[in-house]
Amino acid sequence: MLVQKTFRRAIKSAAAATFLATVMLSGLAHAGPTLDKINQRGAIKVGVGTTPGFFAPDSNGKWQGFFIDFGRALSITVFGTPDKVEFTSSSPQQRLPALQSGEFDILLSGVTVTTTRAFKLGFHFGPTIFYDGQGILVRKDLGVTKATDLDGATIAAQSGTTGELNVTDFFRKTGKAFTPVTIEDTGQFIDALESGRVDAITQDSSDLVGKRTQLKNPDEYVLLPERLSKEPLAPAIAGGDDRWLELVNWTVNATIQAEEWGITSANVDEFLESDDPAIQRFLGVDPSFGNELGLDPKWAYNIIKTVGSYGEIFDRHLKPLGWERGYNSLWTDGGLLYSPPFR
Amino acid sequence: MSIARSRNTLARILTVLCTGLFGTRTNTLITLATLLLLAQVLPPLFRWAVLDATFTGDADACTRAGACWAFVMAKLRFILFAFYPPDLQWRPALVILLLALILTASALPRFWGRPLLLAWPLAVLACWFLMQGAFSATPIPSNQWGGLPVTLFVWAVCFAAATPIALLLALARRSKLGGLRTFSVLYIELMRGTPMVGILYVAMLILPMALPDGLSIDKMLRAMIMVTLFWAAYVAEVIRAGLQAIPSGQTEAATALGLGYWRTQQLIILPQALRIVIPGMVNLAIGFLLATSLLAVIGIFDLLNAARASAADPDWLGFYNEAYLVAAAVYFVVCSGASRYSRWLEGRFSAGRHQAP
Repeated sequence: MLVQKTFRRAIKSAAAATFLATVMLSGLAHAGPTLDKINQRGAIKVGVGTTPGFFAPDSNGKWQGFFIDFGRALSITVFGTPDKVEFTSSSPQQRLPALQSGEFDILLSGVTVTTTRAFKLGFHFGPTIFYDGQGILVRKDLGVTKATDLDGATIAAQSGTTGELNVTDFFRKTGKAFTPVTIEDTGQFIDALESGRVDAITQDSSDLVGKRTQLKNPDEYVLLPERLSKEPLAPAIAGGDDRWLELVNWTVNATIQAEEWGITSANVDEFLESDDPAIQRFLGVDPSFGNELGLDPKWAYNIIKTVGSYGEIFDRHLKPLGWERGYNSLWTDGGLLYSPPFR
Repeated sequence: MSIARSRNTLARILTVLCTGLFGTRTNTLITLATLLLLAQVLPPLFRWAVLDATFTGDADACTRAGACWAFVMAKLRFILFAFYPPDLQWRPALVILLLALILTASALPRFWGRPLLLAWPLAVLACWFLMQGAFSATPIPSNQWGGLPVTLFVWAVCFAAATPIALLLALARRSKLGGLRTFSVLYIELMRGTPMVGILYVAMLILPMALPDGLSIDKMLRAMIMVTLFWAAYVAEVIRAGLQAIPSGQTEAATALGLGYWRTQQLIILPQALRIVIPGMVNLAIGFLLATSLLAVIGIFDLLNAARASAADPDWLGFYNEAYLVAAAVYFVVCSGASRYSRWLEGRFSAGRHQAP
């Protein structure tokens, strides 16, 4: 009896000590601002995923993709060269804890901005660089161009995901009929669609575009323009380093602003002659602007020259896979991309 | 003469085949069913893998009807070595060779002895420094390591390092000292009650927080330390089974001869016990090799993860079947080699036992 009691007490005090230690240590781990660590290390640690077009290693083992280019742009902002950045693949389950523990300085792995992540998990998000959302991929011979035209279609969704709920909600709203088929393994979506077992499949559109290219005849299928959910994908960083957040913000803004002005990697040198004072500030022709920010006055010029504008990055990685700009067009073209002014 | 003998051999093989495959009614049924199944499966597989397959060219040359071996040609380097810089590729290749050598040497009883025990730490250090890019202009950080060398390195090193720890744990669990025994039981049950993924998360997320400020251990090393501690619990239980199989009379006899505890273990108990547990250990080793693919959850590019990532390249999109086949072939070679070895060794030992007077 006595032994048991002592034992129990020992376990209790051990648990309390562990808890205290964890709290204290995690406090320590977050003490230093991210940017200090980056400068000390001489490289930015970026967590990415593996989705074709967004982030994937090429045959030489070099990371390529839409998000990867924003990582390179960030490296230019901080260090002046595109290669002081280490990309590490991380699974969706572990990427947020890894960011919290300081394993990564930034996640460019397609994290959706949500309230919980901002308030409860304490993450900060940069500007949305890709507006994703649940889409519907249909066979062209159905003769449908809008999701609202779908009536009585058989649609496959992944079981147990929000995708299943979203598609049900959508059809309840439109008042049309549909037959849901739930599939456990995403690999079976292609088979289901090709064999004609279902008329359409629904998933995040970034996944669907990848799936479409794996079909035997990709041209017989079309991704409908509607999005059944909002999935704004943005760079995520741990809270507590304001300057790091601003560097992320304005690196992304620079690529968007460049596209708005029509500046590309090919013609950026011609723009150095521009009379527009805003463009002169932006490209560092007038160095006082960059100096005030504590940046290399040529930082935006270097990003555009090396990586390109938002439109170039998009066309390089996502257009070949069949992506349309859609919501990811400039605000001037009816999209959602809008950079605050550089002044 | 030789013709007659070969005819004899042929006849013998035929007899074995006939009695083995068609000897009884059940055997005949099983044989026929298997043949039927093979007839169903093999022709489409052959058509996919050979007739409709594409062997050269780029992704556009590949039809989705057949296998795209051109993909494997283009991506083999990535699947085997992942992010390692291509111009320094000889380093991971040498690591594979080194590990293969030391594993083979460890498998052959005639090399068992002190030199082999000394060779292990040397080989491990050599592999580590080779991978890190020692004596080259630029160090290679471990997030650029990947593919087969990582799989083999983690497997061989963690298993080798886990064995001595496991030995102590197994002895402690049978010890008469209560504290030691309780510690061992708690440790083993705690580790065996935790999934390996959980252990990897601890290595990835908790361990860095538990380290003093300023001290940081490489992620790969952290993972290997935790995996070693985790596997030790499993190995310990296998070794304990071996220890229990030795009759207690032997310990008593050793004590009567005046041998102390350690001498008894070293000279009498362990040589017999370890021999018994070899099949169990090989079995564990095969399971551990396959478990290394879990390293993917903390972003380490082992063989399987590299194979998966190779099919995400927009230039070569979606050739998952081919990529996974390559990985499966490598796993199969290593695993079937290990199990053949285990059977060979068992046969050798049991032959030795029968000859003993």
